[in-house]
Amino acid sequence: MNATELEKAAGQEAPARTRKRQADTGVQPIVRYEHVSKSFGDLEVLHDINLDIAPGEKVAMIGPSGSGKTTLGRMLMTLEEPSGGMITVDGEPLWHMKSKGRLVKANEAHLHRMRGNIGMVFQHFNLFPHMSVLRNVTIGPRKVLGISAEEAHERAVTMLGKVGLGDKLDVYPSMLSGGQKQRVAIARALVMNPKIMVFDEVTSALDPELVGEVLEVIKEIAREGEMAMMLITHEMDFARDVADRVIFGAEGHIVEQGPPEQIFENPQSERLQSFLSRFRLS
Amino acid sequence: MMDVPWNDFYPLLWEGLKVTVEVAVLSALAALVLSLVIGLCRVSKFKTVRIISQICTEVFRGLPLLVLLFWVYFALPFLGVEFDKVTSAVVAIGLNYGAFGSEIVRSAILAVPNGQSEAARALNFSPLQRMIYIILPQAALRMLPPFGNLMIELIKGTSLIYFITLSDLTYQALILRNNFLSMTPYIFLLLLLIYFVLSSFVSVTVRLLERKLAAGRL
Ligand SMILES: Nc1ncnc2c1ncn2[C@@H]1O[C@H](COP(=O)(O)OP(=O)(O)OP(=O)(O)O)[C@@H](O)[C@H]1O
Ligand SMILES: [Mg+2]
Repeated sequence: MNATELEKAAGQEAPARTRKRQADTGVQPIVRYEHVSKSFGDLEVLHDINLDIAPGEKVAMIGPSGSGKTTLGRMLMTLEEPSGGMITVDGEPLWHMKSKGRLVKANEAHLHRMRGNIGMVFQHFNLFPHMSVLRNVTIGPRKVLGISAEEAHERAVTMLGKVGLGDKLDVYPSMLSGGQKQRVAIARALVMNPKIMVFDEVTSALDPELVGEVLEVIKEIAREGEMAMMLITHEMDFARDVADRVIFGAEGHIVEQGPPEQIFENPQSERLQSFLSRFRLS
Repeated sequence: MMDVPWNDFYPLLWEGLKVTVEVAVLSALAALVLSLVIGLCRVSKFKTVRIISQICTEVFRGLPLLVLLFWVYFALPFLGVEFDKVTSAVVAIGLNYGAFGSEIVRSAILAVPNGQSEAARALNFSPLQRMIYIILPQAALRMLPPFGNLMIELIKGTSLIYFITLSDLTYQALILRNNFLSMTPYIFLLLLLIYFVLSSFVSVTVRLLERKLAAGRL
């Protein structure tokens, strides 16, 4: 591998290219990471991350355990504050706000407003155990979006129908299988109508036979379109089927990115090649 | 078998029971409110609030109830604060048991998995909404059994209020004993039974509440 190839492999040019293409078409990215870093104590786990996600784009994040994928998603969901750099959502800084012409740390009100654009589905579902399935899905629209009980009910029922749980409305989460729980969690996040949604390894806590039903639901949502998705996953087939772009990260860097065909059929970097060799692709 | 004049016991014990129940119910309410307020302050995001509330917990938990009672009833009037007997009892017992209760509230809140709070944040709940709709309802279930214990302790604690000359159950039993010295075992047996019934009432109520709250969850 020569120097230019290496550079390409390191993904250095890719964000610039994406940005250029977006500038050409005049589309503003829904999410932009600029020089974002994150440290826990003395340990820097993400280094100078630059990444744009276009509106409606489906981005799969793959990479070895501990590479920082979850942290990247959690910073977008405002669950973890970046240590450096800037995240922009829909053209507005996420963790910063303007005050007297200067950018200062965002307050709760700003974060609240920005969070309305973002949703997340967690590895361990985190359903509210003291509420019925229906209530899990209506409470957000009721209390946060402030819509009427009837409309919230209607939306929730539609959404639960979409994830195939129209018959489980009054059941409590503890009565559901893992796959069903995760589908409720997806409906709960979807009903808030975010512009970008983070899926953090949503199938890795599931029994193997339940993985398929959840991935099917996500594929269906992806097909519908408008919402951008950050899909953190260890399911390579799924990433290839759903993603517009696949990003391979390791040790806190984006090592390589590109369309799924390129990433899976023609990986450039040795890192990615050896990572992929551990998965047998069908 | 001795001829026990049970009928002479009942009226006095009934009077005492009314005082005991009145003080117990009022101080239980005071203790519960205090527990919640101090407990919530203990998990505040403001450090000053956390520190002040922790000092409250330590002080009122550390003082013997009897000393606290004496302070409120006998010492505070010298500082210009005067309560009647029942209020004094309610303040002292409420503070003492409220301090213990705040620990229950605090640890129950902290025991709710972090993922719950994060999921609520991802749905864009405000911090207050997170507490009200997500954290507290789940914490409440964990609080119930220890609160049941605390309330039973509280009922037993009310037996100290005769030291500030409130004529509660224990006080009346002591009076009766003066009048019927030879009946002492029977009088105290009755006293024991009444306290036992009172605390059983609390146990059963808590268990029913628990079952109701846990419905569907497990
Ligand atoms: N709250 C935290 N405190 C300290 N270190 C953390 C914390 N969260 C994550 N880390 C560290 O940050 C690094 C990246 O973690 P992260 O969970 O983002 O990786 P990941 O790519 O999602 O891994 P996995 O595939 O195992 O989920 C790891 O070394 C992890 O130990
Ligand atoms: Mg992870």
